[in-house]
Amino acid sequence: MNLDFSVVPPFAGALAIGALWTILITALAGAISLIVGIGLALARIYAPGWIRALLAVPVFIILGTPLLLQLFLVYYGLSQLGLRLPAFFTGVVGLGLHYAVYNADILRAAILSVEQGQYEAGRALGFGRGATLRHFVLPQALYRALPQIGNNILVLLKDSVLVSAIGIMELVLSAQLAISRTFRPFEFYISVAAIFYLINLALEWALARITRRTEAMR
Amino acid sequence: MMTPMVELKGLRKVFGRLEVLRGIDMSVDKGQILSLIGPSGSGKSTLLRSVNLLETPTGGEVWLDGTRVNADLKGLAYERHVNGLRREMQMVFQQFNLFPHLTVMQNLTIGPMKLLGLSKAEAEARGEELLCKVGLAEKALAYPARLSGGQKQRVAIARALAMRPKVMLFDEVTSALDPELVDEVNAVMKDLAAEHITMLIVTHEMRFAAEVTDWAVFMDEGMVVEEGPPDRLFSDPEHPRTRSFLRKHLGA
Repeated sequence: MNLDFSVVPPFAGALAIGALWTILITALAGAISLIVGIGLALARIYAPGWIRALLAVPVFIILGTPLLLQLFLVYYGLSQLGLRLPAFFTGVVGLGLHYAVYNADILRAAILSVEQGQYEAGRALGFGRGATLRHFVLPQALYRALPQIGNNILVLLKDSVLVSAIGIMELVLSAQLAISRTFRPFEFYISVAAIFYLINLALEWALARITRRTEAMR
Repeated sequence: MMTPMVELKGLRKVFGRLEVLRGIDMSVDKGQILSLIGPSGSGKSTLLRSVNLLETPTGGEVWLDGTRVNADLKGLAYERHVNGLRREMQMVFQQFNLFPHLTVMQNLTIGPMKLLGLSKAEAEARGEELLCKVGLAEKALAYPARLSGGQKQRVAIARALAMRPKVMLFDEVTSALDPELVDEVNAVMKDLAAEHITMLIVTHEMRFAAEVTDWAVFMDEGMVVEEGPPDRLFSDPEHPRTRSFLRKHLGA
């Protein structure tokens, strides 16, 4: 077996750009998953029955089918019907919505775990329903859900490779391009794994920092 | 005749088939300090929570300083009306209900800043003054989790006062406290009583009620059984139910 990592540096630029795309996709999809997740969680608790019933349909589809299939369906399926969405948009929104459903479950439980007394305290001060949620209930729910939401973002980072299947030049696809030129899969896949590991470490570090800051509140 | 600060007319509250308040008439003058006593389940907490509409009355009227609190409005207009009036009557809860994600100072400033339009500096000046008053100036930057129960309750009182309310509602504020922490909270309330802020106090502590309040109302089974100046009510109750309740509670 002869491993030769000297084949990698000439492609460092391409890999770096791929890594940046991966980070960008994760950040954007993560933000979508959080914002839509909060909206879904609130809707599931407070919205009238017919809205909840309406939302149950996409949630059921997202939970019940593979993410890769969902991306194919939206990107290739809709383009056959004449609706050609940009790949980057499809990938980011698809990933984001997929994880929004998982985050919504966590956030729903976290919102319900905030004591009724907190809501009453906000209302008794004179805050309206929405302001009480925004200032008092939601922040506490987010702090409580943070460890699990963080986990989901870490999984999202790894699942972001799936968007390569609709042609987005993220980290893995950049490596595959390099492999097709050099025929050195092992060296490049190991390098990509190392880069993923580093991004993962950075994310975990950031999450631990935020968690530490919330510890004073417990 | 002076308008009463708080007035209840025929207040009724029904939970399902349970009638918790069966027609309460009550009037509290400006500056009056009133205690509500009675066995648990007598409806005194529900009555207090009906004043600021944390419980929606089933029937009857709630008035604050000449304004109908449970006004005949619908939807958003009703919401706005109630939110506005709640700012003028602040409640202190048995379980403190401080906001754990905010520091002590932020607990005190968020209401005045977001609801009364005070600047951060103004709200913090007000907050500092109140923290001094309750003896917790050095805790401004602490989170509630770092405070004892008595300290939490004193912060909760300061948070309520920061809204400069017309009326303070106290809902068994020392019931969740360890006995040795009760006095520090009572002391703060005595100071307030000396300033003649209008207060409605639901309490189990007869000695405190006798010492601090100038009108005591004894409730049982959702009705006012007897009321009067506390020294008269406690030493010479007229109604047998008041007598048996006081025998149990003053003996202890």
